[in-house]
This record gives sequence, C-alpha cells and structure tokens, in this order.
Amino acid sequence: MIPFDYQRAASAAEATGLARDGATFIAGGTNLLDLMKLEVMAPSRLVDINRLDLGGIEDTTGGGLRIGALVRNSDLAGDPRVRSSYPVLARALLAGASGQLRNKATTGGNLLQRTRCYYFYDTAMPCNKREPGSGCQAIGGATRLHAIFGTSDHCIATHPSDMAVAMRALDASIEIEDSAGNRRSVAISEFYRLPGTTPHIETVLKPGELITAVLLPPPGGTRQAYRKVRDRASYAFALVSVAGVVEMADGRMKRVALAFGGVGPQPWRNAEVEALLEGKAPSAELFEQAAGLLVAKARTQAGNAFKVPLLQRVLSATLNELTKG
Amino acid sequence: MALHLKMDERDDCDRLDAMAQKIIGTPIDRPEGALKVAGRARYALDMLPAGACHGVLVRATVAKGKLSSVDKDAVMALPGVRAVIADERLLRNPAQGMAGEAPVQGVSDVAYFGQLVALVVADSFEQARHGAQRLKLTLSSDPDVVVRPDDPAADLESPDDQKSEMGDLGRAMVDAAFSIDETYTTPPHASAAMEPHASIAEWSGEKLTLHGSYQMLPFNRSELADALGIDEGNVRILAPYVGGGFGSKLGISQEAVAAAIAAKELGVPVAVAMSRQQVFEGIMRRSETRQRIRLAAGEDGVLTGIGHEAWVSNLPDETFAEPVTQATPFLYQGAHRLIGQHIARVHRTCAGSVRAPGEAVGLTALEIAMDELAEISGIDPLELRLRNIPDKDPTEGIPFSSNKLSEALKVGAEKFGWSERSGTPGTRREGEWLVGMGMASAARVNMLIESKARVTLTGDGVARIESDMTDIGTGTYAVLSQIAGEMLGLPIDHVDVHLGDTDLPRGSGSGGSFGAASNGTAVFLACEDIRNQLCEKLGCDPESLTLKDGHAISGNQRLPFSEILQGTDLVGEGHVEPGKTEEAVRQATFGSYFAEVGVNAVTGETRLRRMLGVFSAGRILNEKTARSQCLGGMTFGIGMALLEELIHDDRDGHIVNRDLAEYHLPVNADVSGLEVVLLDERDGWANPLHAKGIGELGICGAAASIVNAIHNATGVRVRDLPATLDKVLEGLPPLS
Repeated sequence: MIPFDYQRAASAAEATGLARDGATFIAGGTNLLDLMKLEVMAPSRLVDINRLDLGGIEDTTGGGLRIGALVRNSDLAGDPRVRSSYPVLARALLAGASGQLRNKATTGGNLLQRTRCYYFYDTAMPCNKREPGSGCQAIGGATRLHAIFGTSDHCIATHPSDMAVAMRALDASIEIEDSAGNRRSVAISEFYRLPGTTPHIETVLKPGELITAVLLPPPGGTRQAYRKVRDRASYAFALVSVAGVVEMADGRMKRVALAFGGVGPQPWRNAEVEALLEGKAPSAELFEQAAGLLVAKARTQAGNAFKVPLLQRVLSATLNELTKG
Repeated sequence: MALHLKMDERDDCDRLDAMAQKIIGTPIDRPEGALKVAGRARYALDMLPAGACHGVLVRATVAKGKLSSVDKDAVMALPGVRAVIADERLLRNPAQGMAGEAPVQGVSDVAYFGQLVALVVADSFEQARHGAQRLKLTLSSDPDVVVRPDDPAADLESPDDQKSEMGDLGRAMVDAAFSIDETYTTPPHASAAMEPHASIAEWSGEKLTLHGSYQMLPFNRSELADALGIDEGNVRILAPYVGGGFGSKLGISQEAVAAAIAAKELGVPVAVAMSRQQVFEGIMRRSETRQRIRLAAGEDGVLTGIGHEAWVSNLPDETFAEPVTQATPFLYQGAHRLIGQHIARVHRTCAGSVRAPGEAVGLTALEIAMDELAEISGIDPLELRLRNIPDKDPTEGIPFSSNKLSEALKVGAEKFGWSERSGTPGTRREGEWLVGMGMASAARVNMLIESKARVTLTGDGVARIESDMTDIGTGTYAVLSQIAGEMLGLPIDHVDVHLGDTDLPRGSGSGGSFGAASNGTAVFLACEDIRNQLCEKLGCDPESLTLKDGHAISGNQRLPFSEILQGTDLVGEGHVEPGKTEEAVRQATFGSYFAEVGVNAVTGETRLRRMLGVFSAGRILNEKTARSQCLGGMTFGIGMALLEELIHDDRDGHIVNRDLAEYHLPVNADVSGLEVVLLDERDGWANPLHAKGIGELGICGAAASIVNAIHNATGVRVRDLPATLDKVLEGLPPLS
C-alpha cells in the first residue's frame, strides 16, 4: 500500500475541492481498500465523504425517487418504495455481495466499483485498465468472468455491479456535482464509457466530480424482474444477469427495457432488441428471435463462449416470466 | 514407567467399553470452544512479543528463471525498513508431509510463478508490505519451460512401484457383458485454511522458539532445524491452536524459515504471515488429475475387471504424487486389475497433500464410472455396489479388519428414500428445476502413526495430558479429554489437555485422519500405566479396579484419588507403534453418500437440495466432533463437485484465481440439508481404542454422489469437474 493522505470532508464543496491531484473519494470502501492494499489503486489522498448529507431517499415531484449517493445498499434494498415500485432494483441489490458488504457499500460507490478481472487484480500482469498501455493479459487467458459485448482489443473486462444493471433498465440518471458547486444530471446510458483504447477511463466523471444522487423516473405500470446466474448460490459475481422492465397493454408489450450484467464493460442494453419486442404479443418464437439478435454481435473468448447460449436462454426465460398471465 | 504397544495383533479387550465413566463417544462440546468463539484462543500471530518486527515475503513473477539480484538499497531507505533478506536458505516450497528434512532450498532458482524469494522486514506490518511491494528483483526468464501437464514436452514419469497388474484386464474388457472405458478429469485444488501460514520467530542465544501454525510439530522441528542448519534440540515450536490445515500445514513452510533467518539477523523477534494470495501461490496445491477408468462386468453387474490409471503433476524432483488410486485395489471385487500412475513434471506451484489426498479425487472418478456402469447395465446404482463388495481385499488377498460398506449403503438408502429415485434421467421436474438423486460409496485407508503422550494424575485428582500433538480445528482437545476421563474415571472438567509444544512427548501430529486414533492410543496407554500404578497402591488387580467420578472402587472400598495419592502425582506414559496388523489385514473406513440436486433447466445451475452421509470408522470418540468432520468433508465434496477449481494460466502457469473471492468454496447457501449417520463399529485390528480415522472419510467420493445426481436429473454426464453450469448447459434441451 502506498502511503496516502486522508481528509474528511464536511461539505460537498469541500469534498470536490479536495479531490484533485490523484485523490479519490471514499465512502464504504468495500472495493477501494482491497485495491489499495494490492496497489492496484494508489490514490494520493482519500477524501472521506461519509459525513456529507447525501444519505436520504426522497420522492421527486415527477413521481420518481432521488437516492442519495451515500444510501447503503442494504437500506436501499429495504426501502418500502423501492420494494414495491422498483422491485428489480431491490432484487438486484440483494443478489449482490453479502449482508455485511451491503451494509457498508453505498449507491455511488456501487456504480463506481472496479472490474473483477483476475488480471486487473494482479500487479504482475499487464493490464491496460490498471496501467494504460501495458497490454491486456486477459485476452487469451482465463476469461470466465469476461465480457462478450462492448470489448476492445485493449480490454475485455466486465462491470461487476448488479445494482447498476437494474438502474440501467430503469433509465436512472446520475446527479453529479463539480468543484464549482454546479450540479448536472447524466443518464446512466451516457455515464459509462466503453473501453476503446482507454479502458482506464470508465465513466464521464471528470476529476473532482462527485456523485450526489441517483434519480429514478416514475415506475409506471411495469412488471419487473432481475435474474442473476452464478456459479454458487450466493457471494459470486454474475456470469450473466438480466434486469427486465416490461409494460403490457392489450396483450402486447407496450414498453420493454432490458439490461444485462456480466457481459459488458458497462450494464448492457440493446435498443434493437427492445424495438423488436415492443408492440408485439409475447411468444416463444419472438423471444428466441430477440435472444438471437441480442447475441448477434457477441465477441467471445475460449473461456466465456458459454455466455452466448446462456444469455439467450436467460433472456427468453425472463421475458416469459415478465409477460405470462 | 512407560507402557509401550506395538500393534502386532488384534486387541480383543476393548477396555473403553468396560469403563465406568461413560463419556467416551458422547457429543461433548470442545473444551476450548468458548475460547475460540470469544477470540481468546491465541493463534500464532496473536503471540506477538513487544519489540517484534514484521516481515512480508516477496514473490518472483516468472515460471522458471534465475534471480540474479535484489535491489536492497532502495527498500532499506524506506521508513521503518530494517532488513531485506534474500538468503539461499529460504525454501522453494513447503516440506512434504512427514519429510522430517528441509525441502528444496536456494530460491535464486525460480521454479514456479509466485515462488517466494525474499523477505522485507520493518517495524510495522504496513511498512514491511510497502517495502515488499517496492522491492525490485532482477529475474531472468527461461523460455524453455513447461507449465501445462498435457504439454507433450513435459517429462512424464511412470514409477514402477505405483504400477500393479493382476490377471488380464484387456481380456476382461473384451469378454465383459458391460464395460466402461472413460476418462475423467479433476482440476487442481487449494487447501484454503482460514488461518493463513504465519510464524513468529524468537531467538535466545542459539535457541529458537517458533510460534507457528502447523500440523506435525515433531517433523516441522526437524525440517526447520535442517533448513537453518542447526541442531533440532535448539528448536522449539509452539502451536496450541491451528486455524485449519487440510494438509497445507503438514510441512514447514516458507514464512517460518524466513522469520527465523530475519530474527537471527536483527536480534529481535520477527513475525511473518503469508497473504491469502501468497498461500494460494506458495503453498501446496492438489494436483489436477486425469484418470482413465475401465470397468468390466458380467450380465449380473458383477465386476470382473477394474483399471485405474492416473496422470498427475508436480515440480521436478518433488517426491509427492497425488495417490489417486489408493482405494481402488480394495473397494470392489474383480479378478483382473490394473493400476498405474504417471507424473508430469511442470513448473507450477508445488503439489502436495490436500484434503484426503488420493481418495478425494480418485474415488470420485471411480464412483462416477460405477454410475455409468449402472446406467448401461440397467442395474440400480445401489444394487450394483452391493453386488461388488468383496469378502476380502481382492488385491492383497488379506481379510478386511472390518468392512461395513454394505450396511452403510443399505442404511443410507433407507434413510434417504433412495427407492423414490426415478431410474430414467430427466423425468422429475419441479417448475424450472430438474431434480435428481445420486449416490456413491466412501472409502479411505486407515493409518496408525507412532505416537507418545504423558498423562499425570495430580494429587488433587486432575489429569493433565501432555503431547506435542495438534488440534487443527478437528477436536483433539475434546477426544483426548474423553479418553483420559473414561480411563481414569474423571469428569471432563477434571482433565486438562496441553498440546502443540515440541517440548512435550512426541505425538503423531495431525494428518491423514490418523491423529485421534494414534495420539489417542498413546493417551490410552498412559492412562493404563496410571491405572496399573493405582492397582499397586491399592493392592488389587486391574480387572477388579473401577474408576469413576474421581474415585477408585475395588472390592468393598471406594476411595477418592486425593486420599490414595496423598498429594503426590502419578505419571503415566504411553507409546504406540504400528506393527503387524498393518499388513495382516486391510484396514479402511467405509461409508455412503446420497445426494439430491436441482438443476435449473434454463441456466444449468446446480443447487444441492439435500445430502446424506453414512460412515463407519470404528469407535466414534466424540459424536459431535466426528459429525462435524463429516459435515466438513461433505462440504468439500460439494465444492469439488460444483465449484472448486484452481485456474492456472496456460501461458506462464500462474494461478489466476488466488483469493477466496474467485476460488469458489461453497458458501452457506450452497450447503443445505446435510445429514450424517455414524455407524456403530469396533475395530480391534486398528488399535486398542477400536477407533479409526474419520477426518477425511467424508470427502472421499462425496462429489461423485452430486455429479451422479446431476446425471439423474438431466441425463448430462459430466466427466470434467467441477460440474459448472457451462458443462451442464451443453447437454440441456432447448427451452420449450
């Protein structure tokens, strides 16, 4: 672990002011501290934001929810409004990590957790995400955890969050404050960046910018499901996951939002698949067609090729569950 | 006066059953349990003396090469750093179990990725870790390196003493009504003990004291002394509590030698703990295995031939080879037999003993093959096994000391409801879940290891047991207390057990499931010694002496020990050695497993629903700790069947998943509905306790019951463990 400074911020303005020259915010620290011990991350300064007033869950005037960045994953999963109106989010949260970790991990931190790529965690291995320009050792290596969409020749890592997958399906937006105190809101679809040639840059956050909240639009009359597939029954990252939000009208799928975890460098969505489904009556043939379309552009490695048939099956089963009866 | 027993003949006395205290076998709590749950049991690194420095080991990051220099100066300049040790006495890998001498030293020859080659010592752990992460090594990388066991360039050894042949297996296969000839593979496994390998070394002149986390202290003392080039009389090792071993702490390991060298150089105590990642890379792995199994059977399913050949790997020159076929010679009948083993020399982390070496993986493959034979012959898997239990060891031609396999199978089938199983795979479905049942036999060789113990009956009627034996979480404190309490007529709170100190009489150590029976026999003999002394004092013969609740009863007198002893102590010593009963009979433990799984028809995820293990291991010394051992073994079986796989990168051999986040052991949610039944048995051929080893029995074959259940649920036969969903998915029908 590289020696670092530690400062506790009393206000968002102080926090964003301190977050420069290699500094990093710390909230729950469930991922960051491990990475610092391994020297995968070596911030010059930790800016502790735990005392900031970013903890509440509030109704918005538009009928949605505003989730403070410091809301703990357990609290968010247990919130009655989330449980009743956004069950996909509650289920995704409870499918992640362990009870102890969820008690500590925050909403903002969960969005920013780093990949679980084995090669990212081992500082003896080349990794473009950890050390830009060093190469990607995962390509051609052990790739069970790796992405099949949105990858590049420089990085095939996945984003490991369950929560963010549900938020992507819910069309959440992320509220960000900069060091001048300006707040802006970024759609989650625009928040993450694909690796391209710069896999070390994972989001649109600029240095010093702080996530202050996540905004959920009104749920509408939707059916929701989160399905996570993993090697063991608990405490494992998704091999694939699906968050589905479907609104039915007259026996047809009026609106469909599908986000996928474990398959991309960010919670993955495919507008063509949703467009194919929308306005149509559910059927096994249609779901199969949608699943085929979803994986049409998959790029696999030897160790993760199984995700293609797996994802297709899980998508079909999830759509079936969301549209039956 | 010591009581010595060489186990040359069967014991027919069964003394323990004749005793009066009636605590042997009872499910008493561990005497040290409260200390452990309260965090007051002090493990190696809890013994940190004032003024101690901390050391952190540094790894080499090539699979094969030469360490030519270590840039000490830059690291020595960092705050708090006291020393950088790059010493040719550092160990390449841990000693193999019961080696009693140093393993390969000379770490400048790098033989595998992750080999620990230097130690940075500082005032604080954080400073040492920082220094270790900064230390620059100059390493050459040898391009001529084999890291894959299936690389045609790998040297392959096929030792003659691991090969045996009876009859003509080839002929038997041709003549068979039903035959199986399949290849099964199991991946490398890690031990993953909760307490990582950790030592504190402290010198006083030429005397070294090591607080360590080890299983076999007398051997570890010799290994440490040999590695340091000092007299073993100058070495004392203390390990009263050990947070799990599973084979990984049988031999002295890198951190102990490094701590000792550093402590000597600096003149202060030095503590060195390996990180989780270092344990994965630097401590013994179980070798991956490839196993070709041939089974030949007649129309009635009776086996005529068994062939079992195994391919395993290890570092060049390491003597250990996973004894995959250990139970194959005696489990089932068959006149035509072939056993073989091949060892590929590869530059991967050293292979050694991990959780029931041999049977854990070997019996698992054999029991999957038996399920395949049952399938093609149309004979129920349970019935197939019952038809093939031999009446004597079919290879050696000697009788079994005891063999309760048949009873274990029948009791298990009845209790589990085996008759409810559908014989046609894939026919039982509950919603998205395909449900199936599988079963397997359990078997493990039984061993007795030379062991000594001292028992002192003090003037105030308390027994003190002393041995350098260890309790690695297994229940040694409990079972030794019970043996002494039973033999001396003392309630359990009148027995004190002192373990884990090489100054005490030399015990067997913990390993190979032999600890309780071996060290327990030494304690038993020491108690017999005391009983004899009491008889002398009372003027009675041993047969007429009853000891109960701190009193001696003989004829019409009942006297408290305090009155007999008058403030003096009685010291008894016991010493047991293996003898002719090792060769005269086949000693083994047996059992059965029954598992029910659900396999998700969409995803191929397998979730265990319930599992039963029935075991016979001679006398059960403590029903609770024995059951816990079996539950742990079965849990490892779940891991082996569904989850565990040490992943090596094929390009440089490095271990990819070197922590418990990505090396998947079962979590609570994976371990549901486990039940254990312990059969009542006495085996006088084993030792005078009539007890046999139980620690590892619950692992041996356990995974097969689950893999066989997957087949019953889905029709998918997985021959490459673990049965992760991708392997099951391939065989599942399309979604309807």
